[in-house]
Amino acid sequence: MSVQDAYDKAAAEGRAALVGYLPAGFPSYEGAIAAATAMVEAGCDAIEIGLPYTDPMMDGPTIQDAVHQALLGGIRVADVFRTVEAVAATGVPTLVMTYYNPVDHYGVDAFARDLKSAGGAGLITPDLTPEEAGPWLEAADAHDLDKVFLVALSSTDERIEKITEVCRGFVYAASLMGVTGARTAIDTGAPRLVERTRTVLAKSGSALPVGLGLGVGNGVQAAEVARFADGVIVGSAFIRRLLDAPDERAGLAGVRDLTAELAEGVRKRG
Amino acid sequence: MTTDPARGGPAVPVPDVTGHFGLYGGRFAPEALMAALDELTHEFETARKDPEFTAELADLLKNYAGRPSLLTEAPRFAEHAGGARILLKREDLNHTGSHKINNVLGQALLAKRMGKRRVIAETGAGQHGVATATAAALLGLECTIFMGEVDTERQALNVARMRMLGAEVVPVKAGSRTLKDACNEAFRDWVATVDHTHYCVGSTMGPHPFPMMVRELQRIIGVEAREQVLELTGRLPDAVVACVGGGSNSIGAFHAFIPDASVRLCGFEAAGDGVETGRHAATITGGSVGVIHGMRTYLLQDDDGQTIESHSISAGLDYPGVGPEHSWLYDTGRAEYRPITDAEAMEAFALLCRTEGIIPAIESAHALAGAIKLGKELGPDGTLLVCLSGRGDKDMHTAAEYFGLMPEGEGR
Repeated sequence: MSVQDAYDKAAAEGRAALVGYLPAGFPSYEGAIAAATAMVEAGCDAIEIGLPYTDPMMDGPTIQDAVHQALLGGIRVADVFRTVEAVAATGVPTLVMTYYNPVDHYGVDAFARDLKSAGGAGLITPDLTPEEAGPWLEAADAHDLDKVFLVALSSTDERIEKITEVCRGFVYAASLMGVTGARTAIDTGAPRLVERTRTVLAKSGSALPVGLGLGVGNGVQAAEVARFADGVIVGSAFIRRLLDAPDERAGLAGVRDLTAELAEGVRKRG
Repeated sequence: MTTDPARGGPAVPVPDVTGHFGLYGGRFAPEALMAALDELTHEFETARKDPEFTAELADLLKNYAGRPSLLTEAPRFAEHAGGARILLKREDLNHTGSHKINNVLGQALLAKRMGKRRVIAETGAGQHGVATATAAALLGLECTIFMGEVDTERQALNVARMRMLGAEVVPVKAGSRTLKDACNEAFRDWVATVDHTHYCVGSTMGPHPFPMMVRELQRIIGVEAREQVLELTGRLPDAVVACVGGGSNSIGAFHAFIPDASVRLCGFEAAGDGVETGRHAATITGGSVGVIHGMRTYLLQDDDGQTIESHSISAGLDYPGVGPEHSWLYDTGRAEYRPITDAEAMEAFALLCRTEGIIPAIESAHALAGAIKLGKELGPDGTLLVCLSGRGDKDMHTAAEYFGLMPEGEGR
């Protein structure tokens, strides 16, 4: 299964896809599975399971807190695969989002093999660019996995071409120059980045969808993004609901509410 | 760098155009930074060939930083080091008190050349932070320094110095609250501010071009020292000795000697309580290969590839990674790396104070402890060039506590 299936399904319904992110092990091993399952039930088309890492260089305070909590709880890479297995069992494409070192250390081929056998769709690698990705690309292809790389506002068209050439599943457009975390407004450069990426894709005849992430936190923003991107990726806002909830039950209810709001948003395009 | 393999140097220049030192280095960075890293690579390559830029840097190094730094023989200290000849390269005498100013003046000039109005930096002991704040004040740049909260406490004097110089100091409360977390936070800032901000990386670490650029700005240490040693002794030293954290003073000291096959290059890492205790920062001795802070290199990591927190009495060496060129020098056998415990470093610290009247930085005391070991191995015929990378004024609080110099009630 490729995450592109989820994008295609959404496109067929005349809307953008909703992609939700949550780190494994947060708020607990079981809690993460329950929350991700709730996100699927309430309308997420695909799920990204974060692999908690000690040095989350690209993450803002919200994800840092969640990941720190997951690591304190003793989450291991093996638990991440088990989490993927449980979430993928809901039927939606499930990706892993991770910094590169845990993958490198596990061994790219072993990682690809175990991700595949857990039912994972592929990997999103925010600190890996095509230049250094050779071994991972080979392993991903050998195991039929999606390879999602990021394009940024600062990317030249030449770089976008280089990046999209090696992507499978979708292209992850980072909506702003900065770390993860919900913002009050979508960066004005974001539509232009999606447009530029689409132009590059069209040139090579690729139908790869473009999802936009970073900074999206509510239904209004989701609707705004859905007007120009194929998918809306939300992470920190889900975590915020879980962090702020007095107990797990309330947290799950908060996650469901937010998913429903976002799912409505991605259907309000145009 | 291109050198003759017959003389012990590498046959190919490192890093290559993609920033690799053999297996190591490279650029494991978010796409958002790639344009800035490309720009920086290009600007540095252009600037170093621009006579106006090199003249401006040379002028600052001479008339502001005080270069060339002295070479001081340490005969009374040497009596405790097997009688070997000990020659200290006095980077502690540079303006701001360490080798860090060499790198910072170059990068700050480059920042201005690129039209950036702000510089940011990570700092451990605070020496790089102080140097960056100094250069920012000199050149009229805004400056923000990220420093682990643990380090702001053990290096409080340097925090005050940076603030006096007009820099904003941000205590980093994440993770181990030391140097690696300060690096994370500096990268987070840079991703969001890269259009007007230059990240003045403080060591030979990070994504390409930083390891190469910082080496080129620090290699003046070894270039000067090689001439000074030849002039003083009529021959090359048997070994060049330096402490290794991120690895900038050591690469700076080593680099000019890489083609000299007869000269041993000896890096001394911080072993904290001892490598066997797990509480250390001896990355090459006790680590394995992986990716951290944008580079492939040796690092301290567990079997899931999670970074293991480092431990050292020296804030400047308390880092779980090491510059990629050191990993490469280690693998090729051109340089050797050994651990020095906190206790060994503090003994050498006290010894230099009392035998030579020089208070070294605790970081540099690791090199001095290494020189004692190496001197005993080489005996009276040996000559050691030791990079005294910084002065120890900033460490007085730590040293006073360690040696119990604070009378009752005057301590913390």
